This record gives sequence, structure tokens and C-alpha cells, in this order.
Amino acid sequence: MGILSLFAKSKGCRLVHLPSGSFTLDRDGRVMSSTLPISFPAAHIRWIGQHVLATFHAAQNAHMPLSEILISFAALRILARELRGGAIIYLMPQSLNQPLKPALN
Amino acid sequence: MPSNPKILLLDDDLGVLELYREMLSQHLPSLPEVRTASNASRALALLESDTFALMISDLNLPKMDGLQTLSIARRKYPQMRLVVLTGIRDEQFRTRAYAMGVDQYWIKPESDQELGLFMESIESLLSSEDQGKFRGLQSKSLVDIIQLECLSQSTTTLKITNGVVDGRIWIQNGEVIDAEAVGLNAEPAFQRILSWKTGSFELLPGDPDRSRTIFTSYQGLLLNTAQALDEAASQLPPVPQGATDPAPDAAMRIAELSQFPGVEFVLASGLNRDSKDDYWGLDHPQPVAQWVQDTLRGFAELADQLQVGHLQQIIGTGPQRKVALARSGDTQLCVGFTPALPADTVQETMNSILTKWVS
Repeated sequence: MGILSLFAKSKGCRLVHLPSGSFTLDRDGRVMSSTLPISFPAAHIRWIGQHVLATFHAAQNAHMPLSEILISFAALRILARELRGGAIIYLMPQSLNQPLKPALN
Repeated sequence: MPSNPKILLLDDDLGVLELYREMLSQHLPSLPEVRTASNASRALALLESDTFALMISDLNLPKMDGLQTLSIARRKYPQMRLVVLTGIRDEQFRTRAYAMGVDQYWIKPESDQELGLFMESIESLLSSEDQGKFRGLQSKSLVDIIQLECLSQSTTTLKITNGVVDGRIWIQNGEVIDAEAVGLNAEPAFQRILSWKTGSFELLPGDPDRSRTIFTSYQGLLLNTAQALDEAASQLPPVPQGATDPAPDAAMRIAELSQFPGVEFVLASGLNRDSKDDYWGLDHPQPVAQWVQDTLRGFAELADQLQVGHLQQIIGTGPQRKVALARSGDTQLCVGFTPALPADTVQETMNSILTKWVS
């Protein structure tokens, strides 16, 4: 099976690994601080930030102001807390073997 | 089978493509026709032009990565089986691949034994006729899997996902010892899980420390469950001939949801902006419905962009109330809760509400 081992060698990964960490945004969506690795694409941070801020703003407009949102995807949870128009956002990748428990109380 | 099944193999390593093409096409009993692609755009073009039973893809690809490709394939070809074959030993990518609906995640075999298991599993996927039922490790029914695990005296945990809800069945030394689903435990949870008609399941490591709550043998359990399901089916009112929509009135269903503890309002709206909203406990539902629609759509898009599987639920906390948002089929549900209700209770209650809604 030597030939299979040769093919099984791992190549340099070009996939984006979802990190655990947090970042803060000002009210205009600019990143103010971050504990995320620099390998995590800025575009991904921008997408997350845009959606989170838009959700807070739209909730306010719908007369349902929110100070915190927890978004649960199958493989990632995002916890966002409103900060004077901006937000602090935590990324929490999920594992298959991990029971789903809410992060906020 | 009317003709040989077709497999699409995607890997940027031409050597791997050739090796696996030869092995799969010559050594599998179903003698599949294997087509190959060395990049995602070529693979997607082949999928457009032909019907494949199975796609096997590496994750590490140039330009468009394997997760993106699999995400597109799952969305456009829901009946096609998807298998990841990669050298990446990373729990997160495995989790994300399964979250996207991949059937199996394989590390490229490094021994004869591993290769044998891989080939066997591919043949099992190809020979499955239950394309619309449970998707899982062996593409067998849930009852088959439980019987197999019990007969082989296994210790394992079965995780079963049915839309937005999931359940677990613990098997220890060939006996079902506990089950948990949508707020239920033990035998009622087992029966609830077996009543699900579709979904996916995974075998997780066993939990030897799990306390035993079920003392009936697995044969007895399966028999009891089959009887309970038969009785429940026989008690359903007959559907009049020609009737097309036996669903109860939406307003009545929403009134039922309002009975859950802590619920302040319920809003159910369709996926389109012009669809009718049904609600309870809201004075001005329109702005809320709009917010729900925009928010769920936005985060569903984000799920695609980040490749993190489907959006399960959103829970918001505000000074006046907590809210939970989720999709159930073609309906978007938004439920308001009293602000004092703990978030984990909101999450559990929302899961129960979703189960009630789909049932």
C-alpha cells in the first residue's frame, strides 16, 4: 500500500479554518480590535459584521431593540453584543461530538 | 439496477484521480462508470451535463475549494450522494462537511484494510435504494442501523437529525440504554425519534458513563414503537377523497404554540414578501415580519458564504423580550418570550415549538 500512502500525504490547506475568537466593530462596521488570526480572511469578518449590525439596526426599526443575538449554524455559533451602535462578536466553531448548549444567559 | 451507476471523482491530483478511477470502476461489484475532474468548475460542468449517483471530492482544491463545491452540489442535486475523500485530518472540516449534508467523510486510505472499508462503503452507497429516506453511514433505515448495532454488541451513540431538531440514542454492549429528543427522555424519546420519516444520522463514540433509563430489550423497544406508531396512525381522521390540504388552520396552530410557557407572541410568515402573515400577541406584525424575513435570509446567505451548514436558530435578547427565529419548511417562525426566561429555556422551548409546528 506504499503507493496509497504517497497519495495520502496532506497538502498545504487552502481551506479557510473557522477560528474561535472575537472582534469589535464600530457603528460604521470598521474593525476596532480582533483576537482572530490574520489567516482568517478580512472579507469573512466584513460579511459577519455587516449581517450582525444590519440585524441590530433592523430590529431597532421594527420596534424590537436587541442587545444580544446568538446565531446557531450547524457548524458555527456567533454571539454578538451591541456596543453603542457597534458590536462585539464572538465566533464559536461547533464540533460534531459537542452537545449544543446556548452560550448566552 | 437498469444501468451502471455513475460516479464523479474530483481531486486536483491527477495521480489520485487515475488511481481511484481505476479501483472504483474495476473493483466495485456494481461496476460504476467513473468520470473525473481536476477542478471544481469542470466538476460542476459535468454535473450539469449528466446525472451522477455519487460524487467523491477532495477538500483542498484550487480556486473554489471542496466545501464550496459540495455546498453547491448539495443544493442543486439533493439526491446525489456526497463523499469527501481527503488527506485533511481536521475535526472542524469534518463537522462542516457533515453540516452541509455530506454522506461520508473519509481520510484517504493508507492501508489495505482502510481501502477495503472505503470501497465497501462506496458500494453500499451506490446500492442503496432509499434515496429519499434517511441519509447516514450506511444509507439504511434507522431501524436497520439500531438492529445492526445491537446485534454486533456495539457501544455507540446515534445522533439523528430531523430538520431543525435532533435526538440521540445511546447503545451500550448491544442494548439501547437511553434516548433523548425534543425535551423527551428514555422510551418516549426513542419512539419520537423512530417516528421521524426522514433525516440524517451519524454514529458517534459510545458513552460508557451514560446512566441507563431504558430496560426493555431492543427487540421489545422496536416492537413497542411499531405498535405505538400504528396506533397513532389509525387514530388520524381519514382524509376526504379529493382533499388536498388537510393541514389545520394556521391560526389554530399558532394559538397552540402560544400555550408554551413564557411565550408572548408568535408570528408565522411565508418566504415571500407578499405572503400572508399569521400571528398571535402582536399589534403591528408587519415590521416584525419584515425584520424576520430579512434577518433569516441574511444569515442563510452568510451560512453559504462561510460554509458552516444550515442556519438552525437565532435567539435575540432585548430589554423588553427575548425572541427566537427559525425556518421550518416554507414558514418563518418568530416567537417572543418574556425577558426573564433563561436563554437555554428559550432555545429548548423554541425546539419544542418547531417540533410541534412540523407535526
